[in-house]
Amino acid sequence: MALSREEVEHIAELAKLALTEEEKTLYAEQLSAILDYFRKLQEVDTSGIPPTATVLPIHNVFRPDEPGDPMPRELLLQNAPAQADGCFQVQMILEFE
Amino acid sequence: MAPYEWTIHETLERMRRGEISAVEVTQAYLSRIEALDPILHAYLTVTPEQALAQAREADARWAAWRRDPTSPLPPLNGIPLAIKDVICVQGVRCTCGSRILENFVPPYEATAVARLREAGAVFVGKTNTDEFAMGSSTENSAFGPTRNPWDLERVPGGSSGGSAAAVAADLCAGALGTDTGGSVRQPAALCGVVGLKPTYGRVSRYGLVAYGSSLDQIGPITKDVRDAAMLLQVIAGPDPRDATSWPAPVPDYTRALIPDLKGVRVGVPPEYFIPGMQPEVEAAVREAIEVMAELGAEVLEVSLPHTPYALPTYYMIAPAEASANLARYDGVKYGLRIQGETIWDTYRLTRGHGFGPEVKRRIMLGTYALSAGYYDAYYLKAQKVRTLIRRDFEQAFEKVDVIVCPTSPTTAFRLGERTADPLQMYLADIFTITANLAGICGISVPCGFDRHGLPIGLQILGPALGEEKILRAAYAYEQATPWHRRRPARVVAGPSGAL
Repeated sequence: MALSREEVEHIAELAKLALTEEEKTLYAEQLSAILDYFRKLQEVDTSGIPPTATVLPIHNVFRPDEPGDPMPRELLLQNAPAQADGCFQVQMILEFE
Repeated sequence: MAPYEWTIHETLERMRRGEISAVEVTQAYLSRIEALDPILHAYLTVTPEQALAQAREADARWAAWRRDPTSPLPPLNGIPLAIKDVICVQGVRCTCGSRILENFVPPYEATAVARLREAGAVFVGKTNTDEFAMGSSTENSAFGPTRNPWDLERVPGGSSGGSAAAVAADLCAGALGTDTGGSVRQPAALCGVVGLKPTYGRVSRYGLVAYGSSLDQIGPITKDVRDAAMLLQVIAGPDPRDATSWPAPVPDYTRALIPDLKGVRVGVPPEYFIPGMQPEVEAAVREAIEVMAELGAEVLEVSLPHTPYALPTYYMIAPAEASANLARYDGVKYGLRIQGETIWDTYRLTRGHGFGPEVKRRIMLGTYALSAGYYDAYYLKAQKVRTLIRRDFEQAFEKVDVIVCPTSPTTAFRLGERTADPLQMYLADIFTITANLAGICGISVPCGFDRHGLPIGLQILGPALGEEKILRAAYAYEQATPWHRRRPARVVAGPSGAL
């Protein structure tokens, strides 16, 4: 199945990836080839087969809810591209009139 | 023999006898890294000061032990190891082979690393990897590929290619890699060393940068099978910081190292001997199976009928999980930020420039598979086929103890040979991805060489928590054959040699 350029742009927007024009052309072609190959999966009869999300025979893991020592704030912020007043600094996400 | 040629257990024995110190061993590796790594590029970061400081502490513990042999001595005291650069070592840059984390210094330590540190190990550096462990050749590293020590024009495999090349070229005594679809076993095979992927959940993933969370597992890459058992012994076991770690006690793996295969049932799946695979690989693996029979194993044919569907299943599930896991790289808390007009532009620009081509390809593929209208046809379908692949193995392991097959359909391919066609590259994982989908364990051991002198890997798969079974089979085979003792000739010659 061929992915159109518009579909590639839509997926890139969902994934928040800025792509160049060349990348859009390349990915439309490559992802189409990969998805085409994946059609092989449709041959398999999976009626009545449950999906596997994890192989572990574990369902819930509990621990006592006890406070511990948190990581110091300076350590947490040391990799931040921008920080202010002991917080991660970001751009405005809400617009005001 | 130079100290860097010794296995971990040989090194420990010599340190125990007082023939050499941890500082001397560490220095031997650091000098070799300095001489050879500019050519091989197995390391992204080398940490000589920290390594020598750890080695001095190890020597102090050796001295204390000599004064009082009843005092406890950690099991890897003074052993220089390398860590794949997707696993956090506190305070040491962790790039994941990506521009987006080029300057990231983790403020915490992975549990596997903390356990090695506790065991007295010395960390010489962080090894090269395909970006976020996505790849089969280490060519997807944003910092340039690693070269195969057996032939510098060829890839070391991937994604743990840096770790495998470092072990093969004696640039560390052993290493940690990670295996989401074969990334420990396949580079081990292509570099002629031992690589073990533990059962899913056997080793804590805390501090391992996530790629495909239902598949990822940390595993050792070593010079022989005993070393792999020793590293696994230290890193395995439940961890309160990883809710997906398996709450089962850890057995004494070295007790599984028995040099015969009496009473062991070995399964051979015809689905793993396919048209198009390199004939020398098939011949070497068939011969290895005969050696196992001579060692006392009962060899049986077993069928894993859903094997042909494993590759599309994996390349649907892993990118879907990756697309969710990599959403965290938004330029806010850590990593690269490229500021745009709005926060949305910042996200797009940061991610568009920070990620390399293969990572973007997999994010796109995964996002598509998870998007409205396609979820059932792609992602859910793949999860159902995954169930069938698991059942194949469950049924096979009712009849046999281990399954034996090739690790990779070919030996090391040339740099650049497969980079233009993603599907060709994905085929490199065709024999290894099933173990991740089924959550079982597997090991690759050297089983011969092709006509170009490139190593061939034998893969031994075991059931969930069957590490003792695969270690026994691998050890017995290894002890009966000479392959693991061969070293890449030009690299052994060192900087003054032909290299």
